[in-house]
Amino acid sequence: MTALSRRHFIATSAAVSASLAAPMVRGQGRPRVVVVGGGSGGATAARYIAKDSQGAIDVTLIEPQRTYFTCYFSNLYIGGFQDYDDLGHSYGKLASEYGINVVHDWAIGVDRDAKTVALAGGGSVPYDRLILSPGIDFKDGAIPGWDLAAQNAMPHAYKGGTQAQLLKAQIMAMPEGGTYAMVAPPNPYRCPPGPYERISMVAHALTQMNPTAKILIVDPKEKYSKQALFEEGWQKHYAGMVERIGPDFGGDKVEVRPDAMEVVVDGVVEKVDVCNVIPAQKAGRIAELADLTNEEGWAPVVPATMQSREDENIHVLGDASQQGDMPKSGYSANSQAKVAAMAVRGALTDSRVFPAKFSNTCWSLIATEDGVKVGASYEATEEKIAKTSGFISNTGEDAALRKATYEESLGWYAGITTDMFG
Amino acid sequence: MQGKLTPLLWAAALVGLTGAAPADEIGDPERGAQLFRQCASCHQIGDGAESRVGPHLNEIYGRRAGSIERFSYSDGMLRMGADGLIWDLRTLDAYIANPRALVSGTRMSYRGMPEAQDRADLLAYMRDFTASPADIPEAEPTALPSVPELPPDVLALQGDAEWGAYLSSECTSCHQIDGTDQGIPSITYWPEEDFVLALHAYKTKLRPHPVMQMIAGRLSNEEIAALAAFFKDPD
Repeated sequence: MTALSRRHFIATSAAVSASLAAPMVRGQGRPRVVVVGGGSGGATAARYIAKDSQGAIDVTLIEPQRTYFTCYFSNLYIGGFQDYDDLGHSYGKLASEYGINVVHDWAIGVDRDAKTVALAGGGSVPYDRLILSPGIDFKDGAIPGWDLAAQNAMPHAYKGGTQAQLLKAQIMAMPEGGTYAMVAPPNPYRCPPGPYERISMVAHALTQMNPTAKILIVDPKEKYSKQALFEEGWQKHYAGMVERIGPDFGGDKVEVRPDAMEVVVDGVVEKVDVCNVIPAQKAGRIAELADLTNEEGWAPVVPATMQSREDENIHVLGDASQQGDMPKSGYSANSQAKVAAMAVRGALTDSRVFPAKFSNTCWSLIATEDGVKVGASYEATEEKIAKTSGFISNTGEDAALRKATYEESLGWYAGITTDMFG
Repeated sequence: MQGKLTPLLWAAALVGLTGAAPADEIGDPERGAQLFRQCASCHQIGDGAESRVGPHLNEIYGRRAGSIERFSYSDGMLRMGADGLIWDLRTLDAYIANPRALVSGTRMSYRGMPEAQDRADLLAYMRDFTASPADIPEAEPTALPSVPELPPDVLALQGDAEWGAYLSSECTSCHQIDGTDQGIPSITYWPEEDFVLALHAYKTKLRPHPVMQMIAGRLSNEEIAALAAFFKDPD
C-alpha cells in the first residue's frame, strides 16, 4: 500500500466511523438543521428551509407520529362538521418533494455542547442549528385527581389525534339529559378560544341527539377569548344548555375523581357523565430537557429570530415559546416558523434576511355556518413580539358574514396545511 | 370616457377618496343623467327598474354589495358583500373609477370613469333614486373629499421579487400558492397593477375584509410592490 493510498484509506475509515456514530447524517459538508416536532411550527420551518435553501441545507425532521392530526379543527370533528381522517396529514411530500429526512422517533434529550439530539430509538443526530417546536405538555398536579393515567376516563383531547375520538365517543354515549363537564385551563394555554369553540361544538352535537343534556364549564379565568361572541352564540343557538362557573363561584378550586366521574367545585360535588379536563400547560418536554425553559415552564426567545434566550443555536417555535403578545396557536407557530427559517438560512448560508413579520388569525365555529374570528399583527421588539393592530368579529353580525367567515376558516385550514406539508 | 385608465388615476380614485382633505360638493345630477346613458345598456334605474344584465340601481345607497336576491352576481361581488361592503358615496366612487380594483373578479365589464367630476355628477344623479337620502342614518355625504396628489412613483415602483417571496410567506398561511380558491380567494398570477391596487384598497379600507385590512395596513409601498412582483409569477 502506498503512502497515498494509505492516507486515502485512513480518511475513508474516519468518514465511515463518523457516519456510524451519527447514522442520520446525510450530505456531509452541508450545514445541518434538525427540527423537533412536526406540527404547525416544525413542519413549516422544515419545509421553508428545505424549499428556500434549494438543497444547500440538510434538514432532518424528528416527529414520532407518521400521520399528524391537527388539534385545530378537532372541535369541528366533535361537532360533526369534519371527518376525523380529514384532520390527518402525512409527511410524505416533505420527504419526497423537499428532500427532508423525516425521522419518526421521540427526541429524548439535547446535548447543547455537542450539538446533538438523542433519540428514544438510540443514536443521536448532530445539528448546526436546532429548531424545537414541541407544542405543549401538561403541568403535573395542575388539577387534583387528574394525571395522564386518567386521560381515558377524563380525556383532555387537547393535542389532536385519538383523544378527540375518545371524547367524541363519550359525548355520543351520554345518557339522555346527562352532563358534559369541561375543566378549562388557566392562562397561558394553547389556542385561547379553543375550549369555548369546543363548548359550542359539543352543544351543537348534543342539540342534535340529546337536547336535554347540560354543559358545565368550570373555569379558573375571569374572562376568555371571544367571550361576548361565544356567549351571544350560546344564547342564540343553545339557550339554557351551557352553564359556566368562573372563579367568583369556585371555578379556580376544582378537583376531579375519575373513578366516580365526579367534579368537585369549591367543595361541592357534581356528578357528570363526561369530563373533559384541559390542565394547565407548559412547553413540550424536550424544551425542558434541553434546559431552555424558565420557572413558568416556557422557553423565552429573541423576538426577531425566535432563538432561545439560553442558546443562540436553538430556535423555539409556537406554543412552547415565551415570545410576548402572540397567542399560542397553529397560525402563530406557522408565522413564527417562517421568521425562524429565514434567520436560520441567513445564519447558515448567504441568503438575504428581511425584517421579521408576524401575524395571527383565529377562526371559531359557534354553530352551523356561524363563524367568528379574531386576529392581530405583531412586530419584533427587543423585549418581546408586540401587538401592533388587531380586529375581532362583532356581535350581531348578519348570517351572510358569519357564513363567509366559516367558509374562510375552511380555506385557511386548506391553506395552512398546504403551507406546512406541501 | 372608456379609454384605458392610467394606473395613477386608478390609484388616485382608490387612495385619494379616503383622505381627510377638504370636501367639494357632490355633482350635478342633470349632467349625471347624461352620463348614465353609458350605464343604461346594462343597468336600469327609476320607476319600474329591474335587474337585467346588471342589477337595478334603485336604492343603491346603503345597499350591501351583491344583495339583490335572484340576481346572479360574480363570486367576487358576493364575497365583498359578505365581507361587509356597503355602497356609499366613497365606495361607489371607487367602483365606478375602476370596478376591478375594488372588486376582483367583478362581472361589470366597464373599464372605469377617470374624471372625478364625472363620477360626482353620475353619483348625484343615482342618489336621486335612493328613496329618501335624508333618512339614511349617515345622511350619505353630499360632499366628496377632494383627491390629493398621489406620489407618481407609487405604482411605478419595481418590486423586489425576492423580498416579495419572503413577504408572501405571510400570505400563504391562508392563500394557496397554486391558486386554489377554496373559501379564500386566489392571489396568484395577477397583473401587478391589479395586485397593487387591491392591496391599496384594503390599506385604505375601501375593501372591507378585516384580515386583509390588517395585513395590508402595515405594508409599505415597496413591500406591496415586492409582493406584486412575486405573485405575478410565483413559479
